[in-house]
Amino acid sequence: MHPPTLWNWEPGQRVILSSMKAPEASAWVEEPYASPDGESLAALTTLTEGGCTALVNGEPWENTFEKGWHLRFSPDGRLTAVVQQDGMWTLAVDGEAWEESYDYLWGTQFSTEGDVIAACIQNGGEYGLCLEGTPWETLFENANQPTLSADGQSSAAVVQLASLKPADLDGFAAGVFGVAVDGQAWDANFLNVWTPTFDPAGKRVAAQVRTTLYDYSIAVDGQKWANDYGCVWEPRFNPASGSVVAPVRVAGAWGLAQDDQIIWEPKFAQCWQQVISQDGKNIAAIVAPQFGTFTVAVNGKPWGITLPVVTDLVIGRQGEVVAALGNTDNRDWRIMVDGKFWDGSWDMAWQPVISANGGHVAVKVEKAGRQTLVVNGRVYPREFTKVWEPTFSPDGTKMLIRALDKDAFLRIVAEVGRA
Amino acid sequence: MNAAYEFVTGPLAWFAWGIFILGAAWRLYSMYQLAKKKDASSWAFMDLGFSLRSIVNWLIPFNALGWRKSPVMTVATFAFHICLILVPVFLVAHVVLWTEFFGISYATLPDSVADAMTLVVLAACLIFAGRRLTQKEVAYITTGKDWLALVIVTLPFLTGFLAYHQIFDYQVMIIAHIVAGEIMLAAIPFTRLSHMVFAAFTRAYMGSEFGGVRHARDW
Amino acid sequence: MGITERLIEDVGIRRGVSRLTPEKIEKIVNAVLKGETGARLKTYAETCMRCGLCAEACHFALSHPDDPSYTPAGKVHQTMSVLLDKKGRVDPDFVYGMAQLAYTECNLCRRCVHLCPIGIDTAYIMSTVRRICHKLGVTPQYMQDTAHSHASTFNQMWVKDDEWTDSLIWQEDEAREEFPGLRIPLDKEGSDIYYSVIAPEPKFRTQLIYQAAAIMHMAGVDWTMPASTGWDNSDMCMFSGDFEMMGRLKRQHFESAQKLKVKRIVMGECGHAFRSVYDTGNRWLGWRHHPVPVIHAVEFYWELIQEGRIKLAKKFPGPVTIQDPCNIVRGRGLQEKLREVTRFLVDGDIIEMHPNREHNFCCAAGGGVINCGPPFKNVRVDGNTVKAEQLRATGVKTVITPCHNCHGGLHDIIHHHKLGMDLKFLSDIIYECMEKPEA
Repeated sequence: MHPPTLWNWEPGQRVILSSMKAPEASAWVEEPYASPDGESLAALTTLTEGGCTALVNGEPWENTFEKGWHLRFSPDGRLTAVVQQDGMWTLAVDGEAWEESYDYLWGTQFSTEGDVIAACIQNGGEYGLCLEGTPWETLFENANQPTLSADGQSSAAVVQLASLKPADLDGFAAGVFGVAVDGQAWDANFLNVWTPTFDPAGKRVAAQVRTTLYDYSIAVDGQKWANDYGCVWEPRFNPASGSVVAPVRVAGAWGLAQDDQIIWEPKFAQCWQQVISQDGKNIAAIVAPQFGTFTVAVNGKPWGITLPVVTDLVIGRQGEVVAALGNTDNRDWRIMVDGKFWDGSWDMAWQPVISANGGHVAVKVEKAGRQTLVVNGRVYPREFTKVWEPTFSPDGTKMLIRALDKDAFLRIVAEVGRA
Repeated sequence: MNAAYEFVTGPLAWFAWGIFILGAAWRLYSMYQLAKKKDASSWAFMDLGFSLRSIVNWLIPFNALGWRKSPVMTVATFAFHICLILVPVFLVAHVVLWTEFFGISYATLPDSVADAMTLVVLAACLIFAGRRLTQKEVAYITTGKDWLALVIVTLPFLTGFLAYHQIFDYQVMIIAHIVAGEIMLAAIPFTRLSHMVFAAFTRAYMGSEFGGVRHARDW
Repeated sequence: MGITERLIEDVGIRRGVSRLTPEKIEKIVNAVLKGETGARLKTYAETCMRCGLCAEACHFALSHPDDPSYTPAGKVHQTMSVLLDKKGRVDPDFVYGMAQLAYTECNLCRRCVHLCPIGIDTAYIMSTVRRICHKLGVTPQYMQDTAHSHASTFNQMWVKDDEWTDSLIWQEDEAREEFPGLRIPLDKEGSDIYYSVIAPEPKFRTQLIYQAAAIMHMAGVDWTMPASTGWDNSDMCMFSGDFEMMGRLKRQHFESAQKLKVKRIVMGECGHAFRSVYDTGNRWLGWRHHPVPVIHAVEFYWELIQEGRIKLAKKFPGPVTIQDPCNIVRGRGLQEKLREVTRFLVDGDIIEMHPNREHNFCCAAGGGVINCGPPFKNVRVDGNTVKAEQLRATGVKTVITPCHNCHGGLHDIIHHHKLGMDLKFLSDIIYECMEKPEA
């Protein structure tokens, strides 16, 4: 059910599924996935008589398929799986296969609201994307690094525009890669293109490009920035101004450039995964002030706390809160919010979730094989076998917790103040 | 002759020692700055324990693979370096100078022993030179700088030996000996002999990398 | 004597050299020397006493006993020393020889570190020469093509995204005949183990994926394999000198594991990829250690055996010998675990080669040399007659080596010298000998 405003936000706990026991027809059941609204728990199952299907709250889809993988819920609650039928691959959505099928299909993508589903396809050795089953008009020799605009109306990928002979150095040097948006390739070719990304409106695409083996830059809608850099990382659009922000490497050190102008002096041993608040006024990025120590910098200023590894950076809509995770050797995970560590260290932590109004932060964590949440710095008073990343209600007052307690799938709505 | 002696044991000695000490200090400092600036991802792994582990294991004759594989060179190089340091530091005639100039006095080597050790140094220098001339893998890589270093090291011992045994003119020879020693001191920071300044650190770095990153020994 | 007397025609090196001018060379050489090197290179260049002890280290030198130009110091003497002495003022022909030498006559195996009293890292110097060659655009054709593949597909063999998962699903299908219920779980978030391989496995050594899946299945491991890029842990850009791409590859690898929230990465039996995750790629990215622990297959199997999770139906008939891969032994100290795993699997003696463990000779394929392709095959086969003698002296029929490059290198040496020996990965033997479900 969608959108979240329509979900049941009545505080309390409901047992959605009391047991994950496999039905008799199942040879085995794979790992479970919870729907965004917490009303369903799904898993792929392989049937004793062969073939597979999905179980939703214990009930199988009507249809079975030869093979299936990559079970995922769309943000709007539709359940998808990549499936094979008669030797051809397609996507099953809520048990119904798309009319179109391909030699191969993979890499399901969803629009932000989940109303559009896209996937990568290969047909007769040609590659591209399809939206809701409909393929791009033009397919390519290769297509990878797919991306879908927020509204799902446009899709893009890095595509190969000319063939290469075996070990074809001259062919490669001529530049055979570009970006195709909705199947339409940019006019410009590059040596390599990486991480195409849409602007929030889904109209423009920025990507990392390499024009020689040594010259890196950013291209926006096929137009390369004037300057080349020693290296670059993924560009991001500023949601308010539409300018493009990317980490750039100058003389061996990393900084940030915006529309080809340096905005963070290149002085970091690393700088990447920048995030920009919706109002466009705040930029945060994961940085290494010196070799081996990482932290977060907000508007160019690094936090005072460092750890050997920092991941999962997020920023609130107005930039009022910045959160990330840090760890040592993938253990002792710490939650870092606005330049301070929250108490406690964890065997694993998941990307922090910030409420829409920015007032609250919740993080899924694991210790000694048990999972729980940390909300605004306080540990939720209950542990679970497994918990999914939490969702705040649109007004930020409540929190949806989807969890497995032993074998039972629970849907808990908790008041944030009391969580 | 006296004036010359006064000069080489006076101003020239100060000059040579100055170049040696200040030069070595400057080289170490500037290299440290360079390492911090340009080799940060190596510098970060420097580790005292692993450094010492490596240095100690290489200070034991025939302990490291490199020593075991070239026994003649191992004997020669250990004998050479031990004598090279002990003879000038503990020679009676040198300690007398320390006493004369600074009132410092300490234990000395009997002259006969020092004399034998000098011969060891000279023999080792002959071996080194012989290797450079006859062993193809050494000859192939030998450059003028390597010969220069060898000559600079040989001369103080050769002249010292000749002076002590009063072969040729003692006065000339002793001044030649002092000058040769001073040349060696001053050359240490700026020639191949700078390995005296840097070798402990290159060894320590390799020991740190092998200990800390590669979990393996480096000897 | 020297590289100029043994030049081999290579399309890539020739192509690069043909575009050079002395001015361009001088500019680029000095840009790398000034911009990217520091105290390490300076002290190495200055303090090498040219004593020649390192000659005993190098399999190339020992296999060419009359030619000192193959010794570690001899190779530096012909390359970096010249660049430093002439301040980069060398001609394009010189660059041809320098590239051929750096890419095909040094495996970067670091055995010479064990012979150098002052601890000079010749592999670092030769890597820097390679870096300069990369910047000059002078790289062997096949290695450069591999680097292009890395850059374009994030794997070294131009494997397309669909071919990757298709291969896994195919292997899963095959394996289910033998192991009912076996899964190769794709993108299973929160798994204990993220299993990564190198691209030759899905391309033409799929039995290795099959075997790994069988072992994981029988040992009851909570594991996953990524369905998208990052799955290939190999890194020929590390060896071509394209450090920017090396970093990009490692970032992709580690971030795909971080995204899946796995506890550890286990990598298949590959040596150079291991070097790229614990030593080189991580450093370029600013990580002191690998941000997600990476466990080599040797160590992983050792753990499973310690925990009693690998059960054997039979033992593999020995005797066997062991080829120690440089990057996991001299590079990571796994020599004893490798022997413990072997003793567990083999009925019979381990007949050691001499020298062995961290003093072992390289296979002459590593360091990207085998990736320079057919033109240079004889360079590494003729350059490693000491390995052939080592192997022959053991008198055994089976060589175990947990490294793809060692397999490639030893395969050619065994064939060339008609040694009649079989090469095995550990997973070949575990799979062959382990308990399997009743047919």
